[in-house]
Amino acid sequence: MSVVEEHRPEVGNARLRKEDAHLVTGQTNWTDNITPPGTLHIAILRSPMAHARITDIDLGPARDRPGVVAVFSGRDVADEQGTLPCAWPVTEDMVHPDHPALAVDEVRFAGEAVAVVVARDTASAVDALEAIEVDYDPLPVVLDMEAAVADGSPLVHADKGTNSSFTWVFDSAEAGTGGSVDEALGDAEVTVSRRFLQQRLIPSFMEPRSVVVDPTGGQFTMWSATQIPHILRLMLALTTNTPEHKLRVVAPDVGGGFGGKLQVTPEEVITLVAAKRLHKPVKYTETRSDSLLTAHHGRDQIQQLDLAARRDGTITGLKVRLLANMGAYLGLVTPGVPLLGAFMFNAIYKMPAYRFECTGVFTNTAWTDAYRGAGRPEATFAIERMMDELAAELGMDPMEVRRRNWIAHEEFPFTTVAGLTYDSGNYEAATDKAMELFGYDALRREQAERRERGDPVQLGLGISTYTEMCGLAPSRVLGSLSYGAGGWETASLHMLPSGKVEVVTGSSAHGQGHETAWSQIVADQLGVPFEDVEVLHGDTRVSAKGMDTYGSRSLTVGGTAVIAACGKVIDKARKVAAHMLECAEDDLEFADGSFRVKGSPGSEKSIQEIALATFAAHDLPDGVEASLDSDATFDPENFSFPHGTHLCATEVDTETGMVKIRSYVSVDDVGHVVNPLIVDGQVHGGLAQGIGQALFENAVYDSDGNLLTGTFVDYTVPSPADLPAFTTARTETPATTNPLGVKGVGEAGTIASTPAVVNAVVDALRPMGVNDVPMPCSPHRVWQAIQDANGGASS
Amino acid sequence: MTNISVTVDGVRYDDDVEPRTLLVQYLRERLGKVGTVVGCDTSNCGACTVLLDGRGVKSCSLLAAQSDGHVVTTVEGLVPTGEDGALHPVQRAFHEQHALQCGFCTPGMMMAACDLLADNPDPSDEEIREGLEGNLCRCTGYQNIVRAVSAAAAELRSARGAAPSTPEGVASA
Repeated sequence: MSVVEEHRPEVGNARLRKEDAHLVTGQTNWTDNITPPGTLHIAILRSPMAHARITDIDLGPARDRPGVVAVFSGRDVADEQGTLPCAWPVTEDMVHPDHPALAVDEVRFAGEAVAVVVARDTASAVDALEAIEVDYDPLPVVLDMEAAVADGSPLVHADKGTNSSFTWVFDSAEAGTGGSVDEALGDAEVTVSRRFLQQRLIPSFMEPRSVVVDPTGGQFTMWSATQIPHILRLMLALTTNTPEHKLRVVAPDVGGGFGGKLQVTPEEVITLVAAKRLHKPVKYTETRSDSLLTAHHGRDQIQQLDLAARRDGTITGLKVRLLANMGAYLGLVTPGVPLLGAFMFNAIYKMPAYRFECTGVFTNTAWTDAYRGAGRPEATFAIERMMDELAAELGMDPMEVRRRNWIAHEEFPFTTVAGLTYDSGNYEAATDKAMELFGYDALRREQAERRERGDPVQLGLGISTYTEMCGLAPSRVLGSLSYGAGGWETASLHMLPSGKVEVVTGSSAHGQGHETAWSQIVADQLGVPFEDVEVLHGDTRVSAKGMDTYGSRSLTVGGTAVIAACGKVIDKARKVAAHMLECAEDDLEFADGSFRVKGSPGSEKSIQEIALATFAAHDLPDGVEASLDSDATFDPENFSFPHGTHLCATEVDTETGMVKIRSYVSVDDVGHVVNPLIVDGQVHGGLAQGIGQALFENAVYDSDGNLLTGTFVDYTVPSPADLPAFTTARTETPATTNPLGVKGVGEAGTIASTPAVVNAVVDALRPMGVNDVPMPCSPHRVWQAIQDANGGASS
Repeated sequence: MTNISVTVDGVRYDDDVEPRTLLVQYLRERLGKVGTVVGCDTSNCGACTVLLDGRGVKSCSLLAAQSDGHVVTTVEGLVPTGEDGALHPVQRAFHEQHALQCGFCTPGMMMAACDLLADNPDPSDEEIREGLEGNLCRCTGYQNIVRAVSAAAAELRSARGAAPSTPEGVASA
């Protein structure tokens, strides 16, 4: 008999992270740190042209360079490399061109891989690139989406006969979830129409991508800086004809992803192909310039919105038409990204009619794909900007317009005009808290005073009352949207003989803190010490199954799988405990890590004792197998719907266009919180990226299709000096769709913050006649918007 | 080849290096100091920051040859070797204030913080933000980094009050 101490709940504690010890001491295992003996190094020759036919490649001189082991082009490996996968064919007739890792006959964006040098060291490989001669026959370039879908446009893929990949439509009248939006617009007392540009962004994870493949013994081990070791393994098996069971993928320490490492990359395929050909370990680590040029980009939409409303501010319909830039090819989930926004333009608002129409467009640019929020930031930006524009049109306070339209807390669960059922929410509570923390009324007074006295520095207040759908995803819903995989997650639990616990999770962390949060969950479920739990992930040999980490899914889906795995262990342990204590299972209660016989104090067995007993297996009940392990899978029945209210105050210098964020309040409702420290960190980082889009970041091509923002000098990720301190707080309306009552938090900050900032910039300038400023709201763009509103000439 | 003699994290090395070898390549590839990382190639991100004679430098922008005769401190030398589990006040503060998520920028950020605190032992939040302007983080939004540097500054000041330590606030090489 053991003495069992009462277990203090771990869930809800701001536990310091287990992950930190090795990260703050430099004892790290980034992919680029891994160099098996005899490793060869890759350098990649990339196209300097945005569109050209490759008429000739002379690899010979490069082969003669010192240290060079092999040189090959797309033509040499055309069969081995297959075509890079797109797992989300959104329509049956989607135009889906081949996507070679190495270009074969034609290049379609500047930076596309053309040839590869493999050498004994990186410097020799890079040097030898200069000796490769490529003859390009230039082809016409199309960069602008509206030009690309116009008649007579140059074609990115001439054999396809069109630059339109697909058109996907949701219409509430057709779906039976609402009325006709054209009728709503025809009957409207007020209509507001706006065109917004979602500029192209670059995810800019801090760790450049790196991949190592070791083919020793016919077992291919790939280390890659990826978010998706499981999906990557399957996709590489399918596309490169490598038997899946002969391929092990390891995501070691991974330095951020934000969707940017949710990809099967040309570089991974090239490195695998090279290792197969040369029977040696091969490694590729990109430079930042290569990363900005070729790692997939995000956003890049043209949005046309038409909102119908009554004079009292009630919305009666919303029509959304999008052009979404695919870039030159389709990546892993490229076409699906705008669809993740399709259900979100109606946001937290009740509206009787809604229509969404999106055309995916090919251009001669790097391909786009998921970037933090993926479709939902674009949608949230557009609707939250429209709410401010509607308020301005009606002369109402923008918060009042929102209040009149949002779903009241007593109306949950609520099925929206887009057909989603929001399980829970309390927009009133989050808004009240945010308004109080922000000092909304006092700031409005100050704004009026500044306007009154014609202060050159005007004050603007921006609102974003957002929700989002995350926790991807119910497999049946993904199936209905033609996605190629499910949305479940898995967990395995191993009680070790000494009573310690190993948890294997199918989600793959790269900064999110799974090891800490999962340990907290397991500690509570099993009543074991937090320190006794080890969380394993990111290696397909350790974790054979999994759907990986994206879409704010890890806790809501993967965390729930962990709870299910704990439940199975407890169920089995109960059988053993009943046998050991010579009682019926029903007579046992499990608490604080021990089974106790009800009404018989002192008669108990700890889970650790049971683990040892199942290891020894000397006296197990009939039908019970040795060891105390479990496997569980969870497939969510619904998405997760975090929400909140973000308020931003900007000071805008009307003479220089400079924008300064004076205060930023974010009140988020992510349900119950496992670790408030981690949740706050996720919100802070999300805000920074959303503010980055609003004020700083922009991926720009010149008219020939050369990326002008190819370094961190030009692609301006915000620095510490660019950002304000944030005021963050929470309301807690538990999710009803998982046992922890948790909602996703990884993307919320990014989704919410961009419109809050831009609304604040526009609000500051509205008396000057400005009703939009294109992102990023740089000093020049703000100044230009003021000049344009004044009817003045630009400089 | 150029011969260099450099002290890194308390150990002296005499090595022949190619003239074009960057300090960060020498640290990572020759000495195995892989705690120091490369985040960009234009000296914008600061992930590769180390201390050269106690002052912060971006080791991707320095040739290994330029470190000849100097003392380099990396994240792996913030605490003298042999002190297993011991953390420098800056490391401890980054952990306690949750100033890191993926951790890739962290070594450079901490070394830049050491440099900042050597100049200004009691910086305001604004001064911390300005002082770390050359280091990028994509995960944290910097909020907790600012808190961590502030907390480390307080601890270093109080330690200095109790017992004088090295002016840089780092382990002497």
